[in-house]
Amino acid sequence: MSEHNQQAVTRYRNNFLQEVEERVEDGEWVKMCMQCGVCAGSCPLGNAWQHTPQKLFMMIRAGKREEVLTSDSMWMCTSCYNCIVRCPRKLPITHIMHGLANYAHRLNLVPKGQPTREVARLFWNSLAKTGRVNELKFSLALYFKDGFVQGIRNALAMQGVGFGLMKARRLNPMELFGGHKCKDPGSLHKMIAKAREIEDRKKGFAS
Amino acid sequence: MSEMKTAAYICSGCGLGDKLDVAQLSRIAQKEGKMALVREHAFLCSEEGVQMIRDDIDREAVTHICIAACSRRAKTEAFHFPTVAMSRANLREGVIWVVAEGDQHDEVRQEMADDYLRMGCAEVKKMKLPQGNPAHADNRRILVVGGGISGLTAALESAEAGYEAVIVEREAQLGGWAARLWKRVPFRQPYAEPQDTGLSELAARVSSHPRIRVHLNSTIAETSGAPGRFSVQVAGPSGTITEQVGAIIQATGFDTYDLGKLPELGGGKLPNVTDQAGLEALARTANGTPIKRADGKSVQNVVFVQCAGQRDASGMHLPYCSGHCCATSVKQAMYFKDANPQVDTVVMYTDLRLPGMGEDFYRSAQRKGVTFTKGKVASVEAEGDGCAVSFRDLILDEDAVIAADLVVLATGQVPSAGVDLDAWNPIVTAAEGGSEEARQKKAEMQKISVLNLNYRQGPDIPQLKHGFSDSHFICFPYETRRTGIYAAGPVRRPMDMLQATEDATGAALKAIQAAENASLGRAAHPRSGDLSYPVARLEGCTQCKRCTVECPFGAIDEDEKRFPVFNESRCRRCGTCMGACPVRVISFENYSVDTVGMQIKAVDMPDEFSEKPRILILACENDAYPALDMAGLQRHLYSAFVRAIPVRCLGSVNTIWITDALNSGYDGVMMMGCKHGDDYQCHFVKGSELANYRMSKIDDTLKQLGLEPERVTTCEVAITDNARVARLINEYVEKITEIGMSPMKGFG
Repeated sequence: MSEHNQQAVTRYRNNFLQEVEERVEDGEWVKMCMQCGVCAGSCPLGNAWQHTPQKLFMMIRAGKREEVLTSDSMWMCTSCYNCIVRCPRKLPITHIMHGLANYAHRLNLVPKGQPTREVARLFWNSLAKTGRVNELKFSLALYFKDGFVQGIRNALAMQGVGFGLMKARRLNPMELFGGHKCKDPGSLHKMIAKAREIEDRKKGFAS
Repeated sequence: MSEMKTAAYICSGCGLGDKLDVAQLSRIAQKEGKMALVREHAFLCSEEGVQMIRDDIDREAVTHICIAACSRRAKTEAFHFPTVAMSRANLREGVIWVVAEGDQHDEVRQEMADDYLRMGCAEVKKMKLPQGNPAHADNRRILVVGGGISGLTAALESAEAGYEAVIVEREAQLGGWAARLWKRVPFRQPYAEPQDTGLSELAARVSSHPRIRVHLNSTIAETSGAPGRFSVQVAGPSGTITEQVGAIIQATGFDTYDLGKLPELGGGKLPNVTDQAGLEALARTANGTPIKRADGKSVQNVVFVQCAGQRDASGMHLPYCSGHCCATSVKQAMYFKDANPQVDTVVMYTDLRLPGMGEDFYRSAQRKGVTFTKGKVASVEAEGDGCAVSFRDLILDEDAVIAADLVVLATGQVPSAGVDLDAWNPIVTAAEGGSEEARQKKAEMQKISVLNLNYRQGPDIPQLKHGFSDSHFICFPYETRRTGIYAAGPVRRPMDMLQATEDATGAALKAIQAAENASLGRAAHPRSGDLSYPVARLEGCTQCKRCTVECPFGAIDEDEKRFPVFNESRCRRCGTCMGACPVRVISFENYSVDTVGMQIKAVDMPDEFSEKPRILILACENDAYPALDMAGLQRHLYSAFVRAIPVRCLGSVNTIWITDALNSGYDGVMMMGCKHGDDYQCHFVKGSELANYRMSKIDDTLKQLGLEPERVTTCEVAITDNARVARLINEYVEKITEIGMSPMKGFG
């Protein structure tokens, strides 16, 4: 259990709802759910989830901290916004799903190898470094996320596409070396660091 | 009225003149209808046409008129002649608008119109001009039984409208349940916070009102009389006082469901399980500070169990929803949250129902952090010095337990309507039969009576389901089945304070109407303003008691010799007694066995080989007849073989009409009335049910006559069934055509 997680558990004890309210993006909305189940019925991927938004909200109220934060479900949200449009109580459900996912990520409680989280992490790392997403590096990192052999297999499977893109001049192999970046990555890093500091303070991650 | 002089007026407006042979109608009115005066007019409801009729009444001393034009429900303002007896032959909605267009239908259309005119002439000759109830009295004071929110509101509204009011309250102070609340559910914008009940101000206003008299610590020892002249014995601390009043409002409210009946939820067993009323008491003690339990411990977590002993399908507890408890629990959870936001408050519900603006209140509670859990509580057990609530979480579909310092059960409202007459009547019969046990039981039952009516039909207002007073739920909710007595508040159906206030205001207005109508010798709702009243030819009476038993409104008492004693002021003029009477001695001046019987006989009956069946429709004037009119208005065509007669209620249909009709050659009889049963729509509550019951016995009569049982049919018709009623008629005519013509033709 991470240090932050330990700290949150101590602080909120059984009151997970309060924890969500204070630390999860848009978490203060959870208490306004009236359990009508329209979100669960509206979600195009609802069947694929272990827990629908309705259930996640109920679990939060019931204090099922571990189950909620280690759930795979909020990671499955595709941001189609059907639930937000339909929620009679106007809960920003999509945002709450992302908020929960983000909180679980920060506490490092996400199931191992959760693919959405991996993609997001690679995307963010690429972006935060240079201010630009390096498509070539990002793709290759994705190919190799499950190991070297699997990476080679993935790359071979996709080589036709890669050559096609190169021919059409949509992919520059030279990007592999450095690649293009924004004008002043140093300032970007400072901005991100500041934003993170503010968020950490707000969400109780400041040590 | 001395000499009868008859007149018929035939209108040829609205297309009547184009579709019908008016000259022939005139001849029929003269020759067959035997009308002394027959006039045609191209536009009878015009000022000129109406003036023509008025002139005849004034100059020719016409006393009985038959207007052959549109339905009796149309142009009532133009055709308003209060000094003469009047019948209306419905040629527009009843004939030209419902019979198919075209020459090939000319013959049947004309026959239909001819018959309606014959019927109108026959009817009016048997009618008398109603003179008004001779036994009327004009006391217009309003007695209110019960001094809770409903009673106080009813008394105040009556007094503010200029009527004297008397309140009888069993307790030592006014206010009832409402006065025992700490706060009430909000009834004003923004519907977010519990509000002050305002009860002390209301009680003070009532107590000091110059037109309101209050009897505290008092009950009703006896109620006798009728609207306009009720005499009420009020038993109070200083003896019995007699109050004379014109109408009564029963606002006796409810009791809470007995906690002791819910041992599985800890009710009556665990000290820290209470009901909503118990929590209000704790809140009043706390007076705005954090609520403490009875043992003085402060409450850190509280669980509200909704639907405790309510909405129960097992038959052990209340089967219904009391309507207010969700909002009440939300309010009570706020008591805790407002005093200390750290207190855990869980409302455990299966369906949260907050009618009115309750959704706003619900949201407000969610904002304050009240937790709502959809779950069904299985049991409440003692744990430590608190409770453990075991429940099935209905969203997560699993069993769970939560701990609570205090558990509040949302139990329901049990009406205090008095004696259940369905249980009472058999006991009275047994007691009259000499059973000592029954006599004791009767005395025991009488103790809970509210009104102690000295009516033959029992001491209280009749109940429908679950002990709530019986009333026409949709059309006139405050009416009870005792004329001049109105029910308001939770005695009528479960409700909250706001609804009770509205209810009480409505009931006050109805009570005022009843007293006013009674003072003029007129009927109350739904035949409001009717001056006719039942008259019995007692020399023909066989003392069978059917009229006294079947009267839905308890209007008829019995004298020592068991002859019926009519209380005209209690009568609603439905005619159920007339329909019940096997020797046909009961009639109204303008509605009798004869007025309808003569119409039935006036129809010209084609012979067996004409292939023109005749079908009699007896249609309830409240719903079925308007539905027929509207079928005409919307041009839903139906067969020209039917002849429709409006009746006051299907309950007023005397079986002699059916036998007469069949004997005189009708091929079928359709009776159209309102829905009956528990969800009845009958405007006279029992009329359509009784008619249905009576007709279920008519099969024997049909067999004796050698007729098929299908020749008499009963159907339920709502006022909105315009297209359906036309379809019903056509289907029935088809069926009769299949069966064949009646063999009885030519004998009548």
